[in-house]
Amino acid sequence: MTTLSLTVNGEPVRSEIDPRLSLADFLRENLALKGTHLGCEHGACGACTVVVDDMPMRSCITLAASCEGVRVTTVEGFDDDPVVTRLRQAFRDEHALQCGYCTPGMLATARDIVLRHDRPDVEQIRAELAGCICRCTGYRGIVRAIAHVIETKSQATEAKAGTT
Amino acid sequence: MKAPAFDYLRPATIAEAVAALAEGAGGARILAGGQSLVPMLNLRVAFAETLIDIGAIADLRAVVDEGETVLIGAGVTHATLEDGTIGDHWRGMPAFVARDIAYRAVRNRGTLGGSLCHADPAADWPVAMMALGATMLLAGPDGERALAAKDFSVDVFTTALEEDEMLTGIRLPKLSPSARWSYRKMRKKAGAFGEAIAAVVHDPARGFTRVVAGSSAVGGPCRLEALEGAVALGSLAAEAAIRTALAEREPDLDRYEMQIHATCLRRAMKEVSS
Repeated sequence: MTTLSLTVNGEPVRSEIDPRLSLADFLRENLALKGTHLGCEHGACGACTVVVDDMPMRSCITLAASCEGVRVTTVEGFDDDPVVTRLRQAFRDEHALQCGYCTPGMLATARDIVLRHDRPDVEQIRAELAGCICRCTGYRGIVRAIAHVIETKSQATEAKAGTT
Repeated sequence: MKAPAFDYLRPATIAEAVAALAEGAGGARILAGGQSLVPMLNLRVAFAETLIDIGAIADLRAVVDEGETVLIGAGVTHATLEDGTIGDHWRGMPAFVARDIAYRAVRNRGTLGGSLCHADPAADWPVAMMALGATMLLAGPDGERALAAKDFSVDVFTTALEEDEMLTGIRLPKLSPSARWSYRKMRKKAGAFGEAIAAVVHDPARGFTRVVAGSSAVGGPCRLEALEGAVALGSLAAEAAIRTALAEREPDLDRYEMQIHATCLRRAMKEVSS
């Protein structure tokens, strides 16, 4: 066993864990945060993507023990996140989810796309999303939702620049 | 939990990590980003009695400008190289290569050194680092040693690292302003491993030319010196010469494999020479 201290959704957590425990299993089983979904469990599908120190990472192929001292944000911890709030509305408006299994990972990934890119075209958004598999929507709604949030972000930035 | 139980260490320094490797006597493995090792442990195709997690060793993330070369810490992530925050002395080549490795969520954890030590024959960095003329810095109980990329790469999933050694850094020569490079990869899906890779670097001011192919089919990175003369002269190598060079490296390529490797090489050499 090894001791792990980290911050999850703003709350300090301290736990004794088996070193072979994945971050995903730690979140789901030890902390009962079932919003992090497991799909392929080897890093290919993106369902388990969470935000670690402001970067999206695969919680299924990240050892919990490696997360000493980090800040983890799961889908349960996005309520005060302004980008995810806009993404959630856009996902609703654009029908960007059906069964919802991929959605927590999609939101963590989409948040990163919005924050890192100013004016990505559809091809770039699709390339960035390539690591997240959705078996319901065919991706069009997801891409539209992300593009919409980026568009409104750019407009907000331009409006702000115009006033100064 | 899927992997068999292992002991876990999280050293704070390179010296501690090397000591732990020696202590492990062959049963210990270094864990860097874990983006290949963790799934392989889970699938039980890789094994470790002890995992030595080097994620807390700050020295491994250092980048030192040495003048004509840059020493990149083995723990620098693909995403850091993609973003170019370490500075660009290679006309954008490392950022270009990094951008197409797996997905951003994987690039945020996966490291340059981890990829080189894992030595997946279809991985990008072993090919790109050989093409840029990298030197690998290894630390062991008897001190440090340096190995050229071609000596570091031994075989599929096999490097020249001894059981008690770890990769600490990659020394990369800077490219001249007039240098040209091309990196071509064939794969069926964004983020997938390449089925064929070709990297060409031509830096006439330094008299440096490299033509390197890589993939599972050709058994990992391989320098194709026979093709470098044409690149150095700014001419195009004949298709037959490309195929001969590939066949010399790997006689058992099937027609499809030969076609995609030859196409990557031809396109890369053409891009550098045009």
